Parts: sequence; C-alpha cells; structure tokens
Amino acid sequence: MKHIMTINKANLVQSAKKGGCGNCQASCQSACKTSCTVANQKCEKEAK
Amino acid sequence: MIHKYEMNGLYLVLDVNSGGVHLVDKLTYQLLDYVQPPFSEKCPAEAVTALSTDFALQDILDCYQELKELYEQKILFSNDEYEKYARFAAPAPIKAMCLHISHDCNMRCKYCFASTGDFGTGRKLMPVETGKLAIDFLLKHSQDRKFLELDFFGGEPLMNFNAVKEVVRYARERETEYNKKFRFTITTNGTLLNDDSIDFINSEMSNVVLSIDGRKETNDRMRPVTGGKGTYDIILPKFKKLVEQRDKNLDYYVRGTFTKYNLDFAEDVFSLHDAGFDQISVEPVVCESKYPYALTEEDIPAISAEYERLANKILENDRAGKHFNFFHFMIDLDAGPCAIKRLKGCGCGNEYVAITPDGDIYPCHQFVGIEKYKMGNLEEGTFNEDMKYEFSQSHIYHKPKCRDCWAKFYCSGGCNANNYQYQGDILESHTLSCELEKKRLECAIMIQAVKKMENLAPDEASTAFRNC
Repeated sequence: MKHIMTINKANLVQSAKKGGCGNCQASCQSACKTSCTVANQKCEKEAK
Repeated sequence: MIHKYEMNGLYLVLDVNSGGVHLVDKLTYQLLDYVQPPFSEKCPAEAVTALSTDFALQDILDCYQELKELYEQKILFSNDEYEKYARFAAPAPIKAMCLHISHDCNMRCKYCFASTGDFGTGRKLMPVETGKLAIDFLLKHSQDRKFLELDFFGGEPLMNFNAVKEVVRYARERETEYNKKFRFTITTNGTLLNDDSIDFINSEMSNVVLSIDGRKETNDRMRPVTGGKGTYDIILPKFKKLVEQRDKNLDYYVRGTFTKYNLDFAEDVFSLHDAGFDQISVEPVVCESKYPYALTEEDIPAISAEYERLANKILENDRAGKHFNFFHFMIDLDAGPCAIKRLKGCGCGNEYVAITPDGDIYPCHQFVGIEKYKMGNLEEGTFNEDMKYEFSQSHIYHKPKCRDCWAKFYCSGGCNANNYQYQGDILESHTLSCELEKKRLECAIMIQAVKKMENLAPDEASTAFRNC
C-alpha cells in the first residue's frame, strides 16, 4: 500500500478464540499498585 | 471504532476491535474524517470535494481503495466480536494475592494511600500462622491454576521479615503437594534492606518493587522517615546493591509516584536511569483533590506533554544503545494479553484478593479498610461468594464509559478501587485516570510505530509516513 502501513498483526479476534486460559499475571502484581494497565502484561499460555 | 491521532510527526490509526495499528499519511488521516462503513465502491463525493484542493484526485481515489481494502480485511472499522465472551463472565479461580504482612511502616510518605501503613485499621504485623492460612486459602481456591502470585505488601513488609521468610518456606513446602508454582514478589521502601534480606529477595522473589520517587529532592519531599528526614540517601545505595546482585533474568522495578509538585516527572525517570536502573515505573498519585499535591484535570495538558517528552527521550536513548524500560509504555502489539483478559482487567475480588494481618479478605490492597468491601476472614473461614460474583462481572461491557472508549482493550476498565473511591461505583470509571492512561497508550503505540519504521530497510521506509 502506498498510503497506509499496518505495523502489527491485528490479532485480537484470534486471541479471543484461543484465549482465556487465566495463566497470565494479575495486573497489579507487577509494578503498578495504583494505576492499572493490562495491555503491558504478557500472554503466558505457553508457560502452562 | 477507530482512534486516530497525531504525535511526533506521525499519523496513527488504531482499529479498536481488531487491535490493528496503522501508520498513515496525511491524506489518509484527513480522508478518515469523511468515510465510515459500509464502504461503497466509490469514494464519497464530499471527501473528494473537501480534499482535492490539497491532494491529487488520483491519490484520493487510491487512498480510498486502500481504506476499503483494510475494512474488508476486518482491520479497520472492524466489529466488536467480544461482548459474547463477556456474557459468559463467571467467578474464576483465585490465583493472586496481596499479603499485607505488615500494617506498619517506618516511613511517613505524604501521599500514602495506606494511611501511613496501617490502612486505618491499627498498626500491627501479620502473625506467621495467619500467613500460612493465607497460603492454604490460595492453594484451595486456585483450582487448576498452576502459577500462583503472592506479593508481600504493607506498610513495610521488611518490618516483619521473619514472617516473610516463614511464609515463603511454608508455601514452598506445599506447592509440590498441590502441583503449583508460587511466584513471590515484594514491595519495599528499602530502608531496612540488608545483606540478609537482599539475598533472600534475590533468591526467592520473581519480582521486587523498590519504592523511590526519582530525584533526591522529589523523593525526600514526599518520602520521609518518621522523624521527617528524607530517605533518598538511605535507600539508593541499598537498591543499587540489590539490583547489581540480582539475576538479570529476574524482574525488578524501581517505582515512584509523581504529584503536582513534580509535573516534570520525566526528570525523575531520567534520574533513576542515570542512577543505574533500567526497569522503571513512575506513576501518577491518586488521591482526593483536596490535597495540595493532588493531580487534577487542569494538570492533564502538562502531564500529557511530559509523557510525550519522556517517550521521545526513550526513543533517543534506544538509538544511542542506552535502553531502559518504562513500565507504562510497555506494550506488545502482537503478543500481548488475549482479548478475554482484556475484557476483565486486573481481576480484583475475583482472581485476586488482599489479606490483612487480621486475616480479613478484601478484593485488593486498595479496598483494604473499606468495611463494605470486606469479603471474609481466614480464621473464621468466611468468604463472600456473592461479592466475588459481583467483581467477576466488572468487565468493560458493564462499565458505561468504557463501552465507547477506544482504550478499553488496553486499560480493561481501569482500577475498580479508584472507581469506587473517587466516582462512587466500581463500574464508574475514574475520569482523570482514564485521560492519563489514554495518553500513555498513545505514547506507547507511537514508540512501537517509530521502532517499526526505523527497523525497515531504507527503500521500504517511505518518508510519506513522516509528515511533519
């Protein structure tokens, strides 16, 4: 494309179909105890 | 739904429901004001008329076809596919715990949300036996979850270091029996660190959060010990020692809080980096607006500008090979958490609970001391499953402001405790936190876009996308 460059896989829909295993970290257990961000957590499905 | 914004000379478009991030040129950025699904075969006449004074007709028509193609690929104006998953939201196994091993603290931080350590419930240390009950509770309620997270929190946890060690020892004994793996973390103000506790933390804790606000003057203004003296000179050498001795594969964060007193908080981040730390989190204070250090909506423009300055400095550092990680700009646009996780956020009160020294159970550390949200007690063997169900339903589709927000799959509805404390309802998003979160996300996505461009081969890296 000449006018647009897509910079990622845009795979949220696919992630829902295979997701929800619950192995990922609880958000507040990392470095935030007051301002929650979820999208900076890692998927840990492979870790199981 | 899309969100488009301009930052750092780039035009960025986020397709909210697919998670697609598109770097676009100025023409595309403007054309998006005139188009929406369903896409017809031809570019709307209104768009052609409006844009043809600045752009060539053929470019407008070509650009429209590119947008149409992305729409057909379902990565632009894509549909929300997730509400059906939210409808099945149900109570989940409890996998994470904030263990308030100490409701006492030797510091008197002026912004402390824990009422200088005791959460308004009286200064006390958790007995080892209560800590063991907490471990038993987590093992029992975690069902099929393999990894269990337990954060030693306070107050200052090292004021009850012996109990920390005993609880870890007990959990390690029991994890094999239950086929679980505990991941311990600890949040400390650092004043009581010594060789013994550093060794223990570095061998047992998968993550350690080291509280320091940045520059000496910033830290010492808000983080004095009980006598009023600043703590920077006490804690910095101890934190440096801990990090130097820590396995590089294990996590740590130096973590600070910024307030109205240091709206130039990027300087505090840089100061921590200059001191030798490369894993840094500096967060906005959350408190009632009556306090002089409180952040208010009038501070949003200054904070936003500072986040942008910080983002650019991080890019500069990366180019110079001096990388450091800023927690709130961390984002993996390809392999972040799944959409299911993004619907329900931190999981407080459902997958995550906090335990006080008395064995009281709360949805998280931020709810401790709010009697209405006491979920039960370990010694009494009580646990309010109805409240757990209520928290299991606190997903983004039950939060009115989140439904139409572009950032909903990144913050996942924000902090339920902040919502309750400052908006009166766990489902009512805390406006100031939302605005700051959105700015951080814009910065984080911009950083990824710049890195993507800079990693392209020169002939691929069209200058068309850098517009300003």
